[in-house]
Amino acid sequence: MLNIALPKGRLGEKVYDMLERAGYGCPSIKEGGRKLIFENEEAGVRYFWVKPSDVSIYVERGAADIGIAGKDILLEYSPDVYELLDLNIGKCRMAVAAKRDFHDDRKKTLKVATKFVNIAKAHYARGSRDIDIIKLNGSIELAPILGLSDVIVDIVETGKTLKENDLEVFETIIPISARLISNKASFRFKTAEIEALTEKMRSQIKYDD
Amino acid sequence: MIQKDVLKNDERAIFALRSIYKSYGYLPFKMRKFEEYDLYVGNKEFLVSDRVITFNDTDGRLLALKPDVTLSIVKNTAGECGVKEKVYYNENVYRVSGSTGQFKEIMQMGLECIGDIDITDRYEVVLLALKSLDAVSRDFVLDISHMGILSAILSEASDSDSFKKEATELIANRNSHELASLTAKYALPKEASDAVISLASMYGSMNGVLERLAHICKGEKARDAYAELSALADLISKTPYADKVRFDFSIVSNMKYYNGIVFSGFLSGICEAALVGGEYGNLLKRLGKSGDAIGFAMYLDLLSELDNEDDGYDGDVLLLYSDNTDPKNIIEKREQLISEGHSVAAHKTAPKKLRYKRIIDMKEEC
Repeated sequence: MLNIALPKGRLGEKVYDMLERAGYGCPSIKEGGRKLIFENEEAGVRYFWVKPSDVSIYVERGAADIGIAGKDILLEYSPDVYELLDLNIGKCRMAVAAKRDFHDDRKKTLKVATKFVNIAKAHYARGSRDIDIIKLNGSIELAPILGLSDVIVDIVETGKTLKENDLEVFETIIPISARLISNKASFRFKTAEIEALTEKMRSQIKYDD
Repeated sequence: MIQKDVLKNDERAIFALRSIYKSYGYLPFKMRKFEEYDLYVGNKEFLVSDRVITFNDTDGRLLALKPDVTLSIVKNTAGECGVKEKVYYNENVYRVSGSTGQFKEIMQMGLECIGDIDITDRYEVVLLALKSLDAVSRDFVLDISHMGILSAILSEASDSDSFKKEATELIANRNSHELASLTAKYALPKEASDAVISLASMYGSMNGVLERLAHICKGEKARDAYAELSALADLISKTPYADKVRFDFSIVSNMKYYNGIVFSGFLSGICEAALVGGEYGNLLKRLGKSGDAIGFAMYLDLLSELDNEDDGYDGDVLLLYSDNTDPKNIIEKREQLISEGHSVAAHKTAPKKLRYKRIIDMKEEC
């Protein structure tokens, strides 16, 4: 039996559809209600929905054998897990954004507001830029508008929210997509099951032309 | 005589492992809790975590609570060609835990074989690692890699240090998709790129992996390392543990220190490696010694996760008495119950939050 952590939300539903097409369906999952765990003994899978940023914790600690997490979470928290596949869905990018008229004055310390502290620090460390990190938990776009920060480091999907707030992307840090991850010990004790699922999922990946 | 069921998993392991290592001629190595801080300054990357608890001795020298045992043993051995020293240890080390970011005391038991290392020693240490895992759980695997092969294939592919570093990290994460992007970024020829990418998915039985490896180990260094791994596989295949061993290139250790085989042991039910080891001749060279060395450590503190004998009780019998109860009666009753094989706690009032299978009330007995 494979324990699979799915990220709650739209991405999780897309991933589940891929798993279903790959032969790992679990009809009860679509029934709704307050149930947290869904099992299909025949297919050898047990699913549970968790907060997207918690998937890698469940997998790293072995409560889930495999899971699906965004590359943003993997970069931010560096969990000790295997990254087996890039599912090529949930695509977006980690980017630096600022007010349209922003000018980067390199004489000053750059104030950066973000949810992704480690990614932002690593990005500016590569360019030896002196920064002041402001950790926020939501509504990051507000920070440059109110003068709390010079720039923000955040996930950008369509750029619509930025545009509506008179902000624009100045630099892409890294493209993001959903990844299939596995616990390192589970991979060793459930090798055949995990490798079989990985291969079936690989055949479900739709690549861009 | 200590009853076996009184011992916890880690305590049982200490007895079992000591007896195994002793029977193979390894001698106990006892060391101080503290070490000169200088020893760690030049070899920070050898440590699992580079943070060390330091303090000043009464004479002002900077000391550290040991974050690692191997460095101390290497420092205190000749480590030369022509001699061979085999030692085992059981020590606490102090490291920063990845999950809490705070210092943690970790109990390690392991062994080191230092000096002239040949295939017999390599096999012996791997065999002892397998026996160590077997002594604590039936359900285990030992994954072995060879840093010589990894290093040779990466060096043949590119001279760039940053390529080697990034590729090693991706191989350790079995991340073949980003490895493919990396080889494309460095414009590696197809053959070299395929060889590097294939390492990320190379996992399985010894013979299966050797067969795949044979196609990519073409350079002289890679071929020599392949021959070494192949000779080891041949010897392991004749042991009862052959099906417990896999070859796995996601096991990587720092190439500055490790030059030969490296391995990790996993126990079912524990989500991280319980045994870690390898051949670290490069460390000896960095410390100015001519010999080679191989060893491993087992993390005994992890074994408590295998304890599943909790029956939901803190003891068998709670004996309640009062000031009126004749002490002779309490003592007599307690000894009787203990001789019948029960554990007995005598209290005047029932301890809060503790659970006993049976309560005997002697409060009214004079």
